[in-house]
Amino acid sequence: MKHAVIELEHVDVAFQDELVLEDVGLRVLGGEFLAILGPNGAGKTTLLRVILGLVRPIRGSVRVFGRAPWQLEGERSRIGYVPQLLSVDLDFPVRVSQVVLMGRYGRIGLLRRPSVADGEATLRAMERVGVSDLADRPIARLSGGQRQRVFLARALANEPDLLILDEPTMGVDVASSESLYELLRRLHEAGMTVLVVSHDVGVVASYVDAVACLNRRLVAHGRPEEVLDSEVLAEMYGCEAVFFHHGRVAHMVVRKQP
Amino acid sequence: MSEILGFAFMQRALIAGALIGAVCAVVGVFVVLRGLSFIGAGIAHASFGGVALGFLLGVNPTWTAVAFCLATAWGIAAVTRKARVREDTAVGIFFASTMALGILFIGLMRGYNVDLFGFLFGSILAVMPEDLWITLGMGVVVLALVMALSKELLFITFDPEAAEVTGLPASRLYFLLIGLIALAVVLSIKVVGIVLVSALLVTPAAAAYQLTEDFGRMMRLSVAIGVGSVEAGLLLSYLLNTASGATIVVLTTLVFFVAAAVSPRRRRLGSSAGRLGGRG
Repeated sequence: MKHAVIELEHVDVAFQDELVLEDVGLRVLGGEFLAILGPNGAGKTTLLRVILGLVRPIRGSVRVFGRAPWQLEGERSRIGYVPQLLSVDLDFPVRVSQVVLMGRYGRIGLLRRPSVADGEATLRAMERVGVSDLADRPIARLSGGQRQRVFLARALANEPDLLILDEPTMGVDVASSESLYELLRRLHEAGMTVLVVSHDVGVVASYVDAVACLNRRLVAHGRPEEVLDSEVLAEMYGCEAVFFHHGRVAHMVVRKQP
Repeated sequence: MSEILGFAFMQRALIAGALIGAVCAVVGVFVVLRGLSFIGAGIAHASFGGVALGFLLGVNPTWTAVAFCLATAWGIAAVTRKARVREDTAVGIFFASTMALGILFIGLMRGYNVDLFGFLFGSILAVMPEDLWITLGMGVVVLALVMALSKELLFITFDPEAAEVTGLPASRLYFLLIGLIALAVVLSIKVVGIVLVSALLVTPAAAAYQLTEDFGRMMRLSVAIGVGSVEAGLLLSYLLNTASGATIVVLTTLVFFVAAAVSPRRRRLGSSAGRLGGRG
């Protein structure tokens, strides 16, 4: 029997009296590969922030590894987080290996120096995503796809069993974003729970086990082919949307309402 | 030259100046990378209220300035954290109100027998032995804290949210960083004065940022530029009979423009079309 890694019940989140999430309930089981889909402004990033303990709901309960996320202690090292790269200064003077090592800082603890084991975990993480040859490169000199892999390596350096990614393919070309999802699928097959947020319905749907559609409320949750019918998409995007499948990747066309 | 170095006041100035140059350069790296220059300037102006309070109460103005600057710095950070007010708005409010308090404090004093001009524009050549000890003590504390927590400060500056998620006490570290800025500001008042402090905090690190894409190297370059400019500025100001604070600031600014002109960042931005902007 699989246990729930993340459990949300009746969660409301408000910013300045405005509800950005309303009555959201979600269970993510151990080993699941789930995508949270929704248009811009649907509250996807907020939902992740709730799960990460960065935002507290005004109502409802949140449990991550069985605890409120803002009370997590040692369990934090079981979570690997890849933020939206728009939130990071990409001209910051750091090298790839330094960024990846940051993933270990929570484990290392204040005032301590990284150990040999931390160095080895950093190398393994870089190898796993294929950026070992870029270890000494300043992050300002990476392509979008390479940069995304480096931040994934940082999350993996912590050796997590729950991986959370916020819009990992934003600003990345199609080939890189497909290879990133390939990588996520391999991690998932190795037993990792993967939770990814995206507004890009098409690419995601062909890789994940389950999707949750969010537009302030949870519109639907289930297997991609069951959930992503035009009715759900219409509710989610507030307009008509249709899927086209050619090859493995589905493309969505959104028609504006008259 | 050797005769200048023989004067006790000059020796004190050079020792204090080197330490202050280093402290500001080190803290300044985080100021520049995290975009805290305006907070730095706000804290610097708040010190005016603290200095005036010291004179009014008859205590060493350094201590009242430390208290005032820390209170202002953490006040700005706390107000902004609650997201009630934007950071620049908070700085704008504290900035003027703490200076106004300073002016009121001065009004309460009987006469103007105080070297206010020295505090506004710097008077490092008037560093007394007692000042030197205070400077050394505080400077060493700031440097030791930054060195001990350099990996954490780097992480919260680079990616505060991810730092928090991995379990670092990100907001406490941010308050510590802001506190270190306040201490660096108070230390530097002697050298360049309230009005020019932010230059010492921002310019050397900004010049270093232009020259490298490596964090450790940026730190070392910033220190070299900061210390070098303070020492050269002090000697020059003595030789040319100019104001020491202003001479130092002009020198660091020249270094910044040279660094910006030869910057590899600029070459990269120039060669790869489409990547404009950034913080060059």
